[in-house]
Amino acid sequence: MTLSFAPVADPSAPLARRNPVAKAGAALLFSLPLIATMDPFTPAVALAVELIVLPFFGVRLGVLARRAAPLLLAAVGVLITMVLFAADRSGALLFSLGPVDVTTGVLSTAGALVLRIFAVALPGIVVFATTDPTDLADALVQNAKAPARFAIGALAALRLVPLLGDEWRSLSLARRARGIDAGRNPVAKVRLFASTAFALLVGALRRGVRLAVAMDARGFDADTPRTYARRQHFTAADTALLVLSLLVALLILAASAALGFFRPVV
Amino acid sequence: MSDVQLRGFGWRHAGRRAWAVRGLDLEVRHGERVLLLGPSGAGKSTLLAALAGLLPEDSGESEGTIRIDGLEPRKARERVGILFQDPQTQIVMARSGDDVAFGPENRGVPAGEIWPRVSDVLDRVGFPYPINRPTSALSGGEAQRLALAGVLALRPGLLLLDEPTANLDPPGAALIREAVGRATGPETTLIIVEHRVAEALPLVDRVVVLEPGGGVRADGAPEVIFAAYGDKLADEGVWVPGFHAPPLKAGSKARNDVVRATCAAVTGRLRPVSIAVGAGEVLAVTGPNGAGKSTLALLLGGLLAPTSGRVEAFGDRRPPHRWRATTLAGRIGSVFQNPEHQFVTSRVRDELALGPRRARRSPAEVDRIVTELLGRLRLDRLADANPYTLSGGEARRLSVATALATAPRLLVLDEPTFGQDRRTWRELVDLLAGLRDEGHGIVAVTHDDAFVRTLADRTVPLGSPEPDPLPRRSRP
Repeated sequence: MTLSFAPVADPSAPLARRNPVAKAGAALLFSLPLIATMDPFTPAVALAVELIVLPFFGVRLGVLARRAAPLLLAAVGVLITMVLFAADRSGALLFSLGPVDVTTGVLSTAGALVLRIFAVALPGIVVFATTDPTDLADALVQNAKAPARFAIGALAALRLVPLLGDEWRSLSLARRARGIDAGRNPVAKVRLFASTAFALLVGALRRGVRLAVAMDARGFDADTPRTYARRQHFTAADTALLVLSLLVALLILAASAALGFFRPVV
Repeated sequence: MSDVQLRGFGWRHAGRRAWAVRGLDLEVRHGERVLLLGPSGAGKSTLLAALAGLLPEDSGESEGTIRIDGLEPRKARERVGILFQDPQTQIVMARSGDDVAFGPENRGVPAGEIWPRVSDVLDRVGFPYPINRPTSALSGGEAQRLALAGVLALRPGLLLLDEPTANLDPPGAALIREAVGRATGPETTLIIVEHRVAEALPLVDRVVVLEPGGGVRADGAPEVIFAAYGDKLADEGVWVPGFHAPPLKAGSKARNDVVRATCAAVTGRLRPVSIAVGAGEVLAVTGPNGAGKSTLALLLGGLLAPTSGRVEAFGDRRPPHRWRATTLAGRIGSVFQNPEHQFVTSRVRDELALGPRRARRSPAEVDRIVTELLGRLRLDRLADANPYTLSGGEARRLSVATALATAPRLLVLDEPTFGQDRRTWRELVDLLAGLRDEGHGIVAVTHDDAFVRTLADRTVPLGSPEPDPLPRRSRP
């Protein structure tokens, strides 16, 4: 288990280079309006648009697929839940699984939900795949006026996260050395997991406290106004990215309404 | 350029009955270089934290006064820099240069001045990489040099070093001392706390010995202090210069093998290695960082499967990594580098009882084992304490005791003497020699030359890893 937060994209791609706050904002502005409708058409178009702009972020499809893999799990979950429990069983009957009737209506609602999950989550995945966490924290402080205490503090904590993987391995081995294993007993497995997780948490807290003291000693969060060694610039191109994202999202919604697909959530 | 003045200074942590420091009168003039000594618990680290203004008023009770250039420590924080033991909890940023820039940013140094300053301090501490080197790719010694650069970038008049090399291997520690010597000029006042006195002496011109009960026991030039107080300090656990331990080698030849590795290797971590450990011998595994010493310890301890080759032990047809944990603990005791990783309960007594209980010993037997180990490793007073609250030496003794509780015939120890004071060191060496003479097989992965000279019957040096290329640093 190795955790990494390094960006995986070509950093010189035209959209990957944009200000991190602009990228995150654009992802929100693009995906939030899509939540307004329940139909499969709108998220499908949005997904198509997302895949078209992908090359401009310098992210290869394979890399994206790997990062998006956990979404598949969510999609399968939604599909199963809908097939079993959907109240609306309209449409033509396709086949029956015992008492469960699978109809075109059920499949279309489930399909729409799955598409929505992907359409809403992908922009976020792309933004984080193309953004260095340090740059994001810098931009949050400098351009979005987020408090440095929060942004830089979170960044420092993030740096400790990959250490947790090694720590977990050491703790597990040490437990085996002490004569503790779960064998095939599922209850013992859960208890062992919980006790290892607790030890990991205790260790992480102690390390966090020490890091906080060291940061304090180096003047973090003193009354002196901070300066920025790395400048993040928010340019006209960043504003354009924000505006365009919102416009495209609204255009897709308008098209879906004009073509009669639009189904409001409430 | 900072003056330090303490008048009857004392500090008691909230919730403690004893004062960590008390009745301290001390004056350090600017440009002086002071080594602060005293047995464990004399309050050395507390004193440094107080000087750095890192003791919040609500976290304890203070008495007397403490002044830096006539100011209270909280108001003088801009003049003081402090370097701690563990580089991992001092580095804030993901890229090396950004980390050095962190302090100057906080202090509001104009952006244009920051990068020249970063470049300058990295040169002074001998940091060998470009400034965009990921901090996660640094070795312990490199990371600690970076942390030192981060402190020096603030141009402190008073530099405090709190056991800066305790977490490093000898080459890494030497690099840090060299960096401190090179990077601090006569304009910096220096106060060092350090166990390994001989190594720190070239950096200082004055030694101050704290008395555990309070006050200063001795103060003066190093030669004078060690001539007058050397023996007493050595008894209290301080590594005074000129220390030699008499060798404690096995009386008889090692008997049949307890564990044997044949061409065992782990891809990317350990090249093929063949060794055997017999009953009644101490085998030391030495070698540079990255040679795979700890990996070999895990293989021999039955905690890791070799990717090629074989490990056999105790005449069992199954390799140790396939044994059930209770079987393993009854045969091989592993002691990890970080004792805290091994603690699973919230009382010292329960910690010792855990192994025997899991091996289904009767309650009376468990009691007998626990009582015996508490006495043998001087932990009686701490029987009801939480293992996480123990000092470094106590935690080390407890981790060895837990491994002994299931009476394994083979002990595998990873850096058992790391960062220990002289007294704990002595106790560990005596204990291990005793176990060896009772017929235990002992494997110790170690950087500690004194340990090898004193105790090892055989030494296996592991080869060096691929050399790491050292690119020249360029400006961003």
